[in-house]
Amino acid sequence: MLNWVLFLPLLGALGLTVVPAHRNDLTRGLTLAVMGVQFVLAAWLYGQFQAATGALQFETRIPWIPQWGVYYHVGLDGLNLLLVLLTAFLGPLVVAGAFSAITTGVRLFYAMVLVLQFAMVGTFLAQDLFLFYVFWEAMLIPMFLIIGIWGGERRLYATFKFVLYTAFGSILMLAAVIYIAYTVYTATGVPSFAIADLYRGGWSLEVQSLLLAAFALSFAVKVPMVPLHTWLPDAHVEAPTAGSVILAGVLLKMGTYGFLKLGLPMFPEAALLFRPVLMTLAVVSIIYGALLALVQEDIKKIVAYSSISHLGYVMLGLVSYDLMGIQGGIIQMVSHGLISGGLFLMVGMIYERCHSRDLAHYGGLARLLPGYAVFFMLLTLASVGLPSTSGFTGEFLALLGAFNAGWAELPHATWPLALAATAVLGVVLGALYMLRLAGRLLFGPARAPHLPLAGLSRREGAILTALVAAIFLIGLAPGPMLEKTEASALEIQSILNAARPAGGTP
Amino acid sequence: MADTGMLLALAALLFTIGLVGILVRRNLLVMLMFLELMLNGVLLSLAIFTAHAGSAAGAVLIFLAFVVAAAEVAIAVPLVVLLARRRRSLDPGAYMDLRG
Amino acid sequence: MTLPLTTIVLLPLLGFLVNGLLGPRLGTRLVTVVGCGLPVLAFLVAVGAVMQLEAGDGAALVETLFTWAPFGERSLDVALYLDRLSAVMVLVVTGVGSLIHIYSVGYMKGDEGYARYFAYLNLFLFFMLLLVLGRSLLVLFVGWEGVGLASYLLIGFWFDDPAKAAAGKKAFITNRVGDAGFLLGMFVLYAALGTLEMDAVNAAAADGLLPAATATLVGVLLFVGATGKSAQIPLHVWLPDAMAGPTPVSALIHAATMVTAGVYLVARLAGVYQLSPEASLVLAVVGVATAFFAATVALVQTDIKKVLAYSTVSQLGFMVLALGVGAHGVAVFHLVTHAFFKACLFLGAGSVIHALGGEQDLRRMGGLARRIPITFVTFAVATAAIAGLPPLAGFFSKDEILWFALAGEQGGLLLFLVGAVTAFLTSLYMFRLLWLAFLTPSRMAPEVAAHVHESPRSMTGVLVVLALLSALGGFIAVPHYLEGLLPLPAVAPGRAAWHLPLALFAVALALGGLAAARHLFGGEARPAAALAARLATLHRVLTNKYYVDELYEGFIHRPLVWVADRVLLRVVDRLLMDGLLHGVASLARGSARALVRVQNGQLQRYGWLVLVGLGAGLLWTWPHV
Repeated sequence: MLNWVLFLPLLGALGLTVVPAHRNDLTRGLTLAVMGVQFVLAAWLYGQFQAATGALQFETRIPWIPQWGVYYHVGLDGLNLLLVLLTAFLGPLVVAGAFSAITTGVRLFYAMVLVLQFAMVGTFLAQDLFLFYVFWEAMLIPMFLIIGIWGGERRLYATFKFVLYTAFGSILMLAAVIYIAYTVYTATGVPSFAIADLYRGGWSLEVQSLLLAAFALSFAVKVPMVPLHTWLPDAHVEAPTAGSVILAGVLLKMGTYGFLKLGLPMFPEAALLFRPVLMTLAVVSIIYGALLALVQEDIKKIVAYSSISHLGYVMLGLVSYDLMGIQGGIIQMVSHGLISGGLFLMVGMIYERCHSRDLAHYGGLARLLPGYAVFFMLLTLASVGLPSTSGFTGEFLALLGAFNAGWAELPHATWPLALAATAVLGVVLGALYMLRLAGRLLFGPARAPHLPLAGLSRREGAILTALVAAIFLIGLAPGPMLEKTEASALEIQSILNAARPAGGTP
Repeated sequence: MADTGMLLALAALLFTIGLVGILVRRNLLVMLMFLELMLNGVLLSLAIFTAHAGSAAGAVLIFLAFVVAAAEVAIAVPLVVLLARRRRSLDPGAYMDLRG
Repeated sequence: MTLPLTTIVLLPLLGFLVNGLLGPRLGTRLVTVVGCGLPVLAFLVAVGAVMQLEAGDGAALVETLFTWAPFGERSLDVALYLDRLSAVMVLVVTGVGSLIHIYSVGYMKGDEGYARYFAYLNLFLFFMLLLVLGRSLLVLFVGWEGVGLASYLLIGFWFDDPAKAAAGKKAFITNRVGDAGFLLGMFVLYAALGTLEMDAVNAAAADGLLPAATATLVGVLLFVGATGKSAQIPLHVWLPDAMAGPTPVSALIHAATMVTAGVYLVARLAGVYQLSPEASLVLAVVGVATAFFAATVALVQTDIKKVLAYSTVSQLGFMVLALGVGAHGVAVFHLVTHAFFKACLFLGAGSVIHALGGEQDLRRMGGLARRIPITFVTFAVATAAIAGLPPLAGFFSKDEILWFALAGEQGGLLLFLVGAVTAFLTSLYMFRLLWLAFLTPSRMAPEVAAHVHESPRSMTGVLVVLALLSALGGFIAVPHYLEGLLPLPAVAPGRAAWHLPLALFAVALALGGLAAARHLFGGEARPAAALAARLATLHRVLTNKYYVDELYEGFIHRPLVWVADRVLLRVVDRLLMDGLLHGVASLARGSARALVRVQNGQLQRYGWLVLVGLGAGLLWTWPHV
């Protein structure tokens, strides 16, 4: 079943090749159907997922390149469960959202979206480092094409920046992967890339540090963490709406997921060493992203910089080493996917109508497009982290976890607490930039570059309703999700804490 | 077997002539012929070593190489003809489309 | 099984959903029935719940709804909790709230956003009830943020006007600054005690599980949150601007209920504050400073709603002072009486504005006493109540505050003196308002004067009810009712006998304010003008509200934007990071340009290069053969 979830988009992309090129309606329908079925399957898996255990479920493990110890090994655990669900949930919405925006090269576009979907789900599911790396790199190509072909005016600059940054990180990661495989082979005589075997790999601290540095750079580019973030605003601004949604919704989580699944637990001693740096960068990202979002005039850039800020909370939660923090980080990943995915979709909707992303051109949309304004306000509030929305759940748990951990460490070190306290400033700044955006867009005298504006279509309404429903669901009742992720999060936490010197904090 | 050295020298000579020819002549067809000369030089040395070592594998390899060389000529000559038709010239200087 | 508390909370939410989703399609009448009916119903259920509470002799009612976030053995639950303190709050919120809903029917009649208005108002009520009924700080925080949202939406209700939308934003963001403190306080509590349930926190504090230093930290941090919501210095700036919303909103949210949430929070966690005299001292000082500061500003404002807004800030200062001297029950008492008379004042002001077709400037009013008599009488009663004339409500609660400021163990002479001066100023600015609006000769424009009319009965009826409450509310012995939960502080030895002289002194202060107002503003307001001219500098500073907004703009907002734009965006992002990237890129491009000359497309050049390369390779490997 899990393999179906993974390979369905790829089969869909193959299926698209037999659809006549001019039958755009058929292409769209087929893609939407594939994505829809994938989501239903993923939701079914979510329902079947057993909360009690941290072990892999729905596992498949078959030899791929047995000479090198490479296996096709996929499975669900508490760490990737929600992210797979998120990816499958956003899939149909992205496809439906692009119906009216993409009118040229439709077949290629949807094929690329499907391939990208395949690669993303694969990255989350991979339990073999080699497989992970293959999927990780495979994501780059369709994304490159999506931005490069259907992007805005400066799309080439943006794609090259995006690809160069990520490729730079990937190469370092590749080197580390090769080294890891080599050491495992020399140590045990059996080549293996199984991620579970690589936890507590037993390298010396120096080696661990170098390996973690290579992984961390690659992941930090993807997250992105300040100061490796400058590709993000450009990529977002130039990408077509669907590209932005996937980028913000799923791709960025690859970085944080990478830290959670690989970076931290494979090199726990080095992670402990890097923890102050990572935590500082997380807090810097929160505040830096928020401040930059405050002074942008391009709507998409505001949302892009807000992503940097929001993913800072994820990192803060993960490196808190606190159960609440780690779980909060996971929830915040999902929440951010929904919220910024939704915001990018909404920016796309207004862009389709007016062909401008300049905040100065707009005002009073609450009068011109009341339905749009309601949804935009809801997403804004979720982004601000208003309680009962998913934004609050993620931020609150991540901050509470970080603070809790900092408090417990107080006898040894004051910096974790100080950083956690500083991060709370982000709550204020978040309100500042998001309300500035919403206020200028929705309120004041009504104006828009292109009048009259068509109201939200049924399709658009349905997309946004689905997103908002998911946001409130996570906001109001995160309990079931937290239960399903708890066992795996606990395992990661125990691996991380085992690296701490005896007599340290719990 | 005292003339192995002589035979090897002949192979080297064939190769060198081919090489110099390719580098200095300005006609693609001629250059192709020099290319064959180089190939023959190499194959001759292969034959000499095969005989020297008395192994059958070398002989098989030579036959394989002959077939490949024939196929290569069968592709290369029509290519040259096509080029000549297109530009009415066989001077490699006329074909600099791959200049960086 | 009945769940009265859940019902109380959910009724307004239902109203919000109905009016918010279907509003425009329902028609005015149905919107009114839903919008006003459900709050009234909630009030009735609340009365029932309180009776149930009393039947159980004050044992708290608890309804645990669901687990919000489980973490191993610990969990964060959503539960509702009714004890006597929340009972008082629930009755005030639903009672005064219902009255204001009813008043709004007349006030908002014909507004195109009628359904939206009631939807927001019901939403506010929902969150406010969640706030006062929440058992854990987390649920309280949900309500806390929710009322902020409702306030944001209602201040910017007429969003076409950028100034009004901006006022809403300012309110939200200023509150967020406080909320950051609230969050930190919550985090500290959780880290220290592992629970956020307030009854458990108070119990832990009573059992000595909370170290005094932690209690101080928690107390101060949570109070930062309270300064935001309850508009204390230095986060008071949003409240006067919040008057941009419809007047009933000012009455409900920005006078009677939401702004008192900070006071409620501190009273709710009285156990923590009892452990920390330091935190209490911070409260007392901030409270009395705010009370005095706002009262001075209220003296010179010319917008009728701004006067009332600063008066609210000042009265909230009184409540915080009461909290600071440990008299938590008295603070709640003043909260209740203030809800009555301030709601009455705001609604009266709304009636005036309604009568004058939107005019809010006191300089263009006057002589309204005969034209709109019901409004005048109710307004006068409420004015006397806030000024502290016996036997009206304000007298009792304010007298108690001054008493504990003077005689309580945590009181002090300075606190008392500033409080007393503020009480005098309160009387002065309120009677100034009364004279300028109702009693002096008319200064209205003729076309405005021609159309002055008394408000419809749905509005005046509410005014009368509130005026009665303002008059008689002082006889509800709230501090006594709450004494089991919030014990009153002990009186310092030897001061018990001062109570009667103090009460007389307070009455004298109120009457002095009345007399001064009559002297200064009674006739043709010449003495006031002369005084203003003599103290020109002071007058200017007061008119400009001590330039606090300008200070924040100049010292916080602009530097922040400057740093973000000029330093972070232009220097760090573009110059440093992108510059580095572009530098690497152009290095690559430059070297490519140099090397490309080799690649000239000449077949034979490549041949030579291969030869040279091979030769070099051979030469290099030769020695190793």
